[in-house]
Amino acid sequence: MRGILKLAYKLLVKDRAKFAALLVGITFAVFLMIQMLSMFAGILTRSSAPVFNVGASMWVMDPAVQTVANTIGMPDYILGAVRSIQGVAYAVPLYSGGALVKLSDGTFQSVSILGLDDTSLFGRPPLIEGRIEDIYAENAFVVVKDSEYRKLGNPRIGTEFQVNDHRGVIVGIAKVASSGLFGVPTLYTTYARALQYLPNPRFTISYILVEPKSESDVPRIKQQVKALGYMALTKHEFVDRISDFYKYQTGIGTNILIMTVMSFIVGLSVSGQTFYTFVLENLERFGALKAIGAKSRELIFMILFQAGFTALTGYGLGIGACALLITGAKLRLPSYASIITYWNLAVAFVMVVIIATVSSYLAVRRVLRIEPFEIFRS
Amino acid sequence: MPQVAIQAKNVVKSFGVGDARTMALREVSLDAYFGEMLYIVGPSGSGKTTLLSVVSGILRPDAGTVAVEGTSIWTLGSDRLADFRLRKIGFVFQDFHLFPRLTTAENVAIPLILKRQQWHEAIEVAKGYLDVVGLKGKADLPPVKLSGGEQQRVAIARAIAGQPDILIMDEPTASLDGDTGHAIVEFVRTHIFNERRCIVIVTHDNRIYEFATRVLRMEDGHLIGAEKGGSP
Repeated sequence: MRGILKLAYKLLVKDRAKFAALLVGITFAVFLMIQMLSMFAGILTRSSAPVFNVGASMWVMDPAVQTVANTIGMPDYILGAVRSIQGVAYAVPLYSGGALVKLSDGTFQSVSILGLDDTSLFGRPPLIEGRIEDIYAENAFVVVKDSEYRKLGNPRIGTEFQVNDHRGVIVGIAKVASSGLFGVPTLYTTYARALQYLPNPRFTISYILVEPKSESDVPRIKQQVKALGYMALTKHEFVDRISDFYKYQTGIGTNILIMTVMSFIVGLSVSGQTFYTFVLENLERFGALKAIGAKSRELIFMILFQAGFTALTGYGLGIGACALLITGAKLRLPSYASIITYWNLAVAFVMVVIIATVSSYLAVRRVLRIEPFEIFRS
Repeated sequence: MPQVAIQAKNVVKSFGVGDARTMALREVSLDAYFGEMLYIVGPSGSGKTTLLSVVSGILRPDAGTVAVEGTSIWTLGSDRLADFRLRKIGFVFQDFHLFPRLTTAENVAIPLILKRQQWHEAIEVAKGYLDVVGLKGKADLPPVKLSGGEQQRVAIARAIAGQPDILIMDEPTASLDGDTGHAIVEFVRTHIFNERRCIVIVTHDNRIYEFATRVLRMEDGHLIGAEKGGSP
């Protein structure tokens, strides 16, 4: 069978024009599909960036919260109530809000501010410069060195700025797992300082971060938080809730889906038509092979191999092209929010398999129908 | 007494249905023997190619039987019939039907590859057959770089590469000029034909009759007699 597959390979790749057209079709389709999906994956990942970066096992919030940026303050007594639930190892408040900072050159820049529990600093990011205990110093803030960092004028330790006419000083530079979605730099400070510096509504706790004593305590905690009129979600549930919001309650998911389907249709039509034309042009030769003594299953193997080889080569090229584009774009635009995930690759792979299957199905039908007798009549 | 290679009995074949039905073969019977170079001649539409297709196992007759080397081929399943053709019958098509993207050696190697021979081994054997048909040194060229006569020789090399007992040639001179066609058939008679092989040729070309051991004429779906040699 190896010889027959090699024959199929040579028939395919030696027809350079057709092979190139097939590859371009599939590569382009894969490129578009991966590009769309990776952009969506990037958006979803960044939309949940604070959840990943803070790293708490459970988050308590108002039931109306849909995204991590969309906070609704909770009264202080809820913190005490959560701490008293059986199975809670500890619970700490988190402040999450936005502000405008005035930089030393007089310009203003929007920032996201996270206020960590003063006692434990739970959820603090790892520092790459400075010491975490300096966050207790007067006016102290830690800046995250992510793709938005340069928007604060590439601050160093000691750089000063103003927040609501309060002086702020950078005492540490941190790194995080993921940058935020909205293109604003992130500052960390203590919970108390966040309340002191930023204008606040009546209720000030954005989230309560909870660590259960064990996995088995999670359902009880969720149930008792619900009894308080609030909602407790595990980290993954919160990420899913945010993803669902962007997927189903904004136009982003629908538009990405439409673009992905369009890419698939373009790839399917270009590749299907080209492959079918390739087979049609070789139909007499397939008929000759049949007359000589090739069995139907051998011809099917040949066509499936040709379609599969083209599809997988195009898949690899499409991924490579997309990875190059994303890498290049991130070099120029650090905030470019695209990431290729295994899920993206799997979806594109399934679509490529469908393209190859449909293309080869049409071709196989045609080849099986040809009568070798027609070769004599030609 | 020569051994029978092909025996067709009362073969009937029609195309189309109803008023459009055409009888291509009307109870045709034929014996072809080893050591015979049998020509089937006749006007267009007389049923020559249909008869050739039926006796070589690529077109199922409506009625009648066909035995090749004693095997009733139309009782075989499609895979066994394909395998039978591969091992017993070589084909030379009118338009050669060579693969233009493959080299001549790769074209000749096709029956060997279908017989599951290793690729490199098949190519070496194919080169040997190219030597036999006088195309030494052209093994790595694509067929399009060859003349019509050379392409016909490649087709012949491909047909004999599987060492078939029976060689079927459909209008072997139709795509060639007179001299080249004559030379090709002379070559077949001299180098390919032997006492252990049966060659059946369908042709319009009476300039090559001299190489036949027997010439049978067809008209309107009947074998009407012999122009040379014995009866059908």
